[in-house]
Amino acid sequence: MSQYILETRGLTKHYGGVHALEDANFTLAPGEHVAVVGDNGAGKSTFVRQITGVEQKTGGQIFIDDKEVHFADPLDARKAGIETVFQNLALADDLDVPSNLFLGREIFRFPLGPFSWLDRRQMRDRTLEALKKTAVKIPNIDNAIRNMSGGQRQCVAIARAAAFASKLVIMDEPTAALGVQETAQVENIIRGLKNRGIPLILISHNLRQVLDLVDRIWVFRRGRIAGAVDRDKTSGNDIVSMITGVKSGVEGEPTFV
Amino acid sequence: MSQPAQDSGGQKSDATARRSWPNELNVFMALVVIVVVFEFLNRFNGGSFLFNMRDNMPGLFNEQRLNVIALQVAITGIIALGVTQVIIIGGIDLSSGSIVGATAMIAMSFGQTAIVNGNPNPKAIFGPELMDLPVVVPIAVGVLCGLIAGLINGLLIAYTRIPSFIATLGMMVSARGVAHWWSNGNPISFPTQSYGGLSNGDVLGSLTFGLLHWSGQNPAVVFALLAILFQVIMVYTVYGKRSYAIGSNEAAARMSGINVSRHKVLVYTIAGILSAVAAILLTSKNLTAQAGMGVMYELDAIAMAVIGGVSLSGGRGSIVGTVLGAMIFSVIISGFTSIKLDPYYQEMVKGVIIVGAVILDQWRQRRSTRS
Repeated sequence: MSQYILETRGLTKHYGGVHALEDANFTLAPGEHVAVVGDNGAGKSTFVRQITGVEQKTGGQIFIDDKEVHFADPLDARKAGIETVFQNLALADDLDVPSNLFLGREIFRFPLGPFSWLDRRQMRDRTLEALKKTAVKIPNIDNAIRNMSGGQRQCVAIARAAAFASKLVIMDEPTAALGVQETAQVENIIRGLKNRGIPLILISHNLRQVLDLVDRIWVFRRGRIAGAVDRDKTSGNDIVSMITGVKSGVEGEPTFV
Repeated sequence: MSQPAQDSGGQKSDATARRSWPNELNVFMALVVIVVVFEFLNRFNGGSFLFNMRDNMPGLFNEQRLNVIALQVAITGIIALGVTQVIIIGGIDLSSGSIVGATAMIAMSFGQTAIVNGNPNPKAIFGPELMDLPVVVPIAVGVLCGLIAGLINGLLIAYTRIPSFIATLGMMVSARGVAHWWSNGNPISFPTQSYGGLSNGDVLGSLTFGLLHWSGQNPAVVFALLAILFQVIMVYTVYGKRSYAIGSNEAAARMSGINVSRHKVLVYTIAGILSAVAAILLTSKNLTAQAGMGVMYELDAIAMAVIGGVSLSGGRGSIVGTVLGAMIFSVIISGFTSIKLDPYYQEMVKGVIIVGAVILDQWRQRRSTRS
C-alpha cells in the first residue's frame, strides 16, 4: 500500500498577480479523514480546485498513490477515483435519485450510441445499495430531487460521491446551508465513510464539527499552509490562533504540533 | 429485491402523492373540459362540436371536423415533438417554421412531375431529367435540408455559446430567405403521384394489413408513430436522461462528464429533421409548396409544448404532454371556427393562450419550489 493517498509538493496557484496558493505541501494517509480550515481567502478552495482539476496549477506537483498526476478537468480527477461534493450541489433538480447518482455514467442494457437503452432497474437497485451503505434515508428515491429538503439533497450528493470514490472524497462546506438535524445526518454519513476506510478532505468553517469528525486538521493562512495538527493534540483555541496567525511560529513556516 | 427504501419509517410524504398524479393527467382533463365546453356552445346554436348532426350523412362523429383537427395536430405536432426536446434541454427553437418553408420548396422541387394533363409542367423548377424522380429523392433531400439547418443551429449554440434564441432567430430569418430565393417566390406545384400519396394515401391500412383505415390522414399516423418513438426515447434511453439533466442543471451535467455540446447539436439536429418531415407531409397534403409555408408554426409548436406542461426553463415536460398540448391547441382553434368566431379574434386569443400557459407554468414552478 502506498504511503499517501494524496500528496502535493510545492503546489502553487497565481491568479495574475494574486498569489492564492503558495508552496502547499499536503499529505493524506490511507483511510485518514482531514479537515482544511482557514479564513476566507486563505486558499482552501483554491487548493481544492487544483487537486480536483477544476483549475490548472501554476506550479508544483500532485501525487495520487505516489504517482504524479495531471488532471486536465474534473472528469480526469473523477476517473482517478476522486469525488467532490461541491458547495453548489451539482445535482439535476428535475431528475430522481438514481438518475442523479448515475448522471454521466448511466448503466445501459444495450449500447446504441446516444440512444443506448437504460438499465433502470439496475441503477435503482444499486442506488438503494449505495444509500444503504452510506446510511442515507430518502423516503422515495423515485421522486425528483426538487421535492426534497436541503439535507436530503446534500445526502444524495454525498452518497453519490461515496458510491463512486475509489480513492478520496472531498467535501466543500457540506453543511453550510443545512439546519441542525440535517447537519447531524450529514455528520453521521461522514463517520460512516470513516468506518468504511474512505479517505476524506473536509473543508469547513465549523471548528466544532472539524474537531468532532476528523483525525487531522490542516490550517491555511494567506495562501500558505500554516500547519497541520492532530485532533487529539489540539483545541479549538489553538486552531483559531493558527487561523488568525497569533500562534504560528515563524510566518509562513509550517508548524507541526 | 424488495423495497428497502420503504423501511425508512412513516415518512410517506406528500411528494409521493404528487408523483402519482402526473401533470399530463391535468392536461388531459383540460382537454376534456375544453371539448365539453365547445360541445355545449355548439348545442346552443343547434349544432354539435364532436357529433354528426346531419341526417343525410352516416357516422356518429363529425368526421370532417375531426379530420381537420387531426391534420393540424399532426403537422404542427411533428414540429412540436422536436421543439419539446429543445425546450427540455433549456433552449428554444424559433426557426422551425422557416425550416418548414425552406424544406417545402426544396423537397417539392425534386418531387415534381414532368407532364401535367398532357402539357409540360408549368411550374417546373428543374429540367425534365430531374422530374418524375422516385419518391425517396424528395424525401431524402427534404430530410437533408432539415438536418443541415438543425445542425447549423446546434453547432452555433453549442460551440459559439450564443443564446439559442439568437441562433435560431438568425436561422428563422435566413431559412425563410432560402425559401423565397429558391424559386424567386413562385409556388412549386404538380408533384408526382407517389409524392402526393405520401400524405393522401392510407398508410394505416397498409401498416395494419387492411385491418384499420384512415385514408388521407397519413400525417396523423406518422405523428402518432413519431410521438411514440420519442416518448420511448425520452424515457428509456441515455439520450432522454441526459436531455433532462442538461435542462435541469447544465453545469452539473457538464461536471458529471456529459458531453453537453455534442448532445445539444444532436437535439437541434433532430428538431430540424422533424421540421423537415412536417414540411414534406404538408406539401404532399397540399400538392403545392409556397415560400410562406410554415409562418408562425414555430410559435404554435412552442405553444403546444408549453400548454402540454413543458417548462420553458428546461428539465421538465414530456412528449405525451406535448401531444395533449397539441390536441388542446388544435381543438381550441377548431372550436372557435365551429362557433363562428371571427378569425381575427382567433389570432388574439391564440396569443392569450400562449401567455396564459407560460403564466401557469411559472405558477406551477413557484409552487413546487416552495414546497
